[in-house]
Formats: sequence, C-alpha cells, structure tokens
Amino acid sequence: MAETTVRVAEGPALVLAGYDGEPLTSLAAYRAVGGYDQLEKARAQDPQAVIQELIASNLRGRGGAFFPTGRKASFIPTPDKIAKPIYITVNADESEPGTFKDREIMLKVPHRLIEGCLVAAHAIQSSDVYIYIRGEYAEEYRVLQAALDEARDAGLLGGVAIVIHRGAGAYICGEETALLESLEGKRGQPRSKPPFPAISGVYAAPTLINNVESITTIPPVLAIGPAEFAQIGAPPDSTGTRLFCLSGNVARPGVYEAPHGITVRHLIDDIGGGVPGGHTLKAVMMGGSSFPVMTPDDLDTALDADSLGKKGYFIGSGVVTVIDERSCIVQFALRVAQFYMHESCGKCTPCRVGTRWLVQLLRAVEDGTAQESDFDLTLDVCDRIIGKCLCVLGDSAAMPVASCVTKFRDEFRAHLEHGGCPFGADSQLAGLFAPVDQHAHTTVPEGVPA
Amino acid sequence: MTTFYEEVQEIRTRYPEGTRSALLPALQLAQERHGWLSRQALEEVADALELTPAYCYSVASFYDMLRLEPVGTHTIEVCTNVCCGLVNAQAVLDAFERELGVGPGETTEDGEITLRAVECLGGCSTPTIVAVDHRYRQSVTPENVPAIVQELRNG
Repeated sequence: MAETTVRVAEGPALVLAGYDGEPLTSLAAYRAVGGYDQLEKARAQDPQAVIQELIASNLRGRGGAFFPTGRKASFIPTPDKIAKPIYITVNADESEPGTFKDREIMLKVPHRLIEGCLVAAHAIQSSDVYIYIRGEYAEEYRVLQAALDEARDAGLLGGVAIVIHRGAGAYICGEETALLESLEGKRGQPRSKPPFPAISGVYAAPTLINNVESITTIPPVLAIGPAEFAQIGAPPDSTGTRLFCLSGNVARPGVYEAPHGITVRHLIDDIGGGVPGGHTLKAVMMGGSSFPVMTPDDLDTALDADSLGKKGYFIGSGVVTVIDERSCIVQFALRVAQFYMHESCGKCTPCRVGTRWLVQLLRAVEDGTAQESDFDLTLDVCDRIIGKCLCVLGDSAAMPVASCVTKFRDEFRAHLEHGGCPFGADSQLAGLFAPVDQHAHTTVPEGVPA
Repeated sequence: MTTFYEEVQEIRTRYPEGTRSALLPALQLAQERHGWLSRQALEEVADALELTPAYCYSVASFYDMLRLEPVGTHTIEVCTNVCCGLVNAQAVLDAFERELGVGPGETTEDGEITLRAVECLGGCSTPTIVAVDHRYRQSVTPENVPAIVQELRNG
C-alpha cells in the first residue's frame, strides 16, 4: 500500500524546508534544520514589526480564500484596546475534496506548524491557540500532539497555551465561523458576518483564524525575509510557494511544493507524469470541488490567483485533480452536488433546498429522464444559490455544477438523446455511492431524550 | 481508574470557564467508552458538563463521526468522493459489500463490523482510502479487501 508522495518539485523549499523523505517529527530533527530559530528572532522583535513583515511578504491564505495573512493579523486589536483575551484558531479541518496537504504538513513538519502558531501568537499578543483538526485525522492528531508535548517540555511555548481540538466529521466546520461555533461546543452552523472574527470570534473575543499551510509558511517567510519571499512565485499577489495537491488520473499524484505561477500543464505533465494508460485529459477539478472545472484549452494557465481569476477559475486550496475521457461529466457533477447536499448545515434555505434540487436535476439527466429545458433550470437554481447564503457552501455546489452544464452541454444533451448515460458502467465514476447513510440529522433514534 | 466524570472535568480545564467547548471532546470520550452514544451515554455527558441531554443530542446529531445508533466493534469506512472514485473506489466498496454481506451503513449480523461509505478522507493521491478502525489504509484495491476483513476478524 503506497505512501503519499510529498516533495519539493521546484523552486525554494519553504514549507517543506529540510524535509527529504524523513519526517521532521522530533524536536531534535527540526532543530537540526534551523527549527524554532525564527521564533527566537520574532520574540526579540516588536510584535507590530512581525505583522509588518507578514504584510510586506504578501503571504496569502492557503485555505481557499487567499486573504492577505498579515493584513488579517493587523485587524486584531492590540491588548491595550480591548479587555478580552485574544485568540488564535488554526483551521486544520481539511475536508475540501482533493485536498491533502495540511495532513502531510502535520505528519512531516509538525513543529513548523507549532513554530508558526507561536510566531503568530507573539505578533498579535495572544496566549491562547486552538488547533481545530478534523476528527478523521487520528494519526495526524497523534503526531501533532506528540510534537506539541515535546515543544512544551522544551520550554518553547513561552506561556502560550496550545490546545488541539478534534472535530467530529462535518465539512462545514472548515468554514471559519462554523469552526468557531463547533469549537464553542455547538452545532457547526456558520454565523452571520459582520462582526468578523478579528473583532468577535471565539467566545466573542478577537480571533485570528488561519489555515495550517498559511501558519506553517510564516517561519520560512521570516527565515528568507519578506522581500525575498515577495519575489518568489507570481508577484505581486501570488507570492511564495504552494503545496499543490495533484490527484486523479495522473501518473504520479502527490503533494508538490512549487512556486505560484507554474502552469497547470507543467504540474500535470512534467511533475505528475501526465495522464497514464494512453488516456486523454478531459477536465480538471481546479482548486477543489467547490470551483468551476477547467477544460483542456486552459491548461496553459499559470497557477496563480490572477491568471486563474482572469479565466474564471480559483486557486482554492491548491487542488489539481485530473479527470480523463473515460469519466462522465454528469456523474461528476452529480457526485459533487451530492457531497454539498450532504454537507449543507441546513441553516440557509437556498443552500439546503437548492443543493437537493441540483441532485434531483442531475440525477434526471444521468438517468435520461430530463428534458432540454432542465439544463437552463439547473443554471437558474445555481444562480438562486450563489451569493444568497451566510457562507459559501451553497456557492461551492453551484459553481462546479454550473460550469459542467455550461462547458459540457453537448455531453449533457447526449444523455437525453441516448435516453440515459452514454458512458454506462464504463465511466470511472459510474454508480459512485454517496454516503447518505450518515444522515442522522433528520431521524430520531429510539430512546433519545426529547 | 479515573471515572468518566473526572476525565471530563480535566478536559474542561483546557477551555475558558463557563463555555461549552468540552462538549465535543466529552462526546468523543463517551463514544470511545460505549462504542456509540446511547441515551445513557448522552446523560452521562450532560451530567458531567451541566448541560441538558437534549442539548447534547442536538450537537451530537450534527456530526457524522458521532453515532446515535449501535455500531459494530470495528468500522470500515471507504472514501467514495471524486478523487478515490476516479480510481475505482466503487469497486472497493463493492468488494467489501460482497466480503461482509452487508451494504454501506449496515453492520454484519454478528455485530462485529460496520461498513460505511464516507466523504473525502484527505488521502487523494493514494486512492482508494479506507479507514479501518480510523486508521488509514492507502491505495486499497478490491484484491486487498479479503485480507483487511480477515485481519479484523482475527482481532
């Protein structure tokens, strides 16, 4: 049973610096590659100076929203301005389909994440950090907890309390306000914004929320200096490197660190070895399953936010999932819609109801019982979800589905002409089982208190 | 031996006073002890945290990993999201169904093994990912299935 490939594919090693196949899980191993040097350096600096360095680097959020990390930190009030504790929460609830980089960070360089937390804590003068890790990540939790214990025993925490809080299986808890609700011991339903977490986050106190990769990139930013970091990749907006998550129908899938700005084709063909078995690329799940799918004519697009944005794509969490010609795009859209239907928290009607409608419509197309007008009806439902909910989960269902209907309308039409799926069981995605059995939400089992 | 109540009080110290943050860890601990969250387990959690059982149930029912019905001694969870699907997750799930004689969401008659299909487990480059008692097995193919089941049955 193969191990995940994790390596620096190109450019400077930042997040994975010092990792050469042997996990840097022990403090000694991490120390040997300069670990915790940046913490010491940061602590000798004025907190505001550290924030200024992050701003100058233009490091942006690696969780999907691409918000400038330094600016986010600068929104947090300083302790003299507010009589409440200041919190950091690290979003380790990695659940976006196709994303598996934060997991590898926690397994391979856990101390760099902890060092990043401690530098961030110094910068915003916080002494309370919560790392919210998805419940399924049992091994990752164990490795990270062991690293944390070792760092604590070595006296590195300097009065900062870091608590690893385990989730219990809910994609929506990766949404920052749902994460805060969940951390507070509630159902993970997103909050209305404003107020933003920087002002009123966990326990109604100022809270900085960052993705694992963003936080882990902080020590390397300080190590090479913000000016140099800002030159790497595709400046001015997409600076630094990225852990790209390559998967699907590709010869060498894995987590590859490379600078922003390499092309999708380069990642797939040169780094990933191309589509195997003589098959041809049909579509790319770009950024994650929450975004529009990429068609082969756009493969020369650079993997940076601007280049992708100009063509209507998103860099998301760095996902590039290759889909070859054997798979039916209607099945793909249906499986994606099923995922969001399952994961909708049910708070906002357009998302709760709309995702179900999308599943019904796509099921009808797949079964050949839809009609031509259903294609536009599907797009209409997407339009009635996008931008109309408290969080972007509904948008995340609507954007990929709408892109499939628009870009692959001929294939949708072929289902009607054929009276069902023309791919049949030959599609890689045929009959894929959506785990609707997990829905305990609507049934009350026997013996449960009323 | 520490009691459940004492362990929950220890968990509470990690979070600010007057908050409910210890609820998820307490539910997880209760599930670890009982296998699933029965009415009695929910009441123990509620007592330890000074919450109502109804509140504990309302939170527990939100999360997929918290089980409100009895489950097998072991669980086999097969990722059936897109990335594993592109590399034959359905065939792996089918193989488990044949081997165990139960469908996804069901438990074998002897109460030993629960089979589940789950959403993306975050192991997309080594499909198909199967979590056996919450430990990931990577690159699982239908051919690996009988051995995985046998291993569980042998304890």
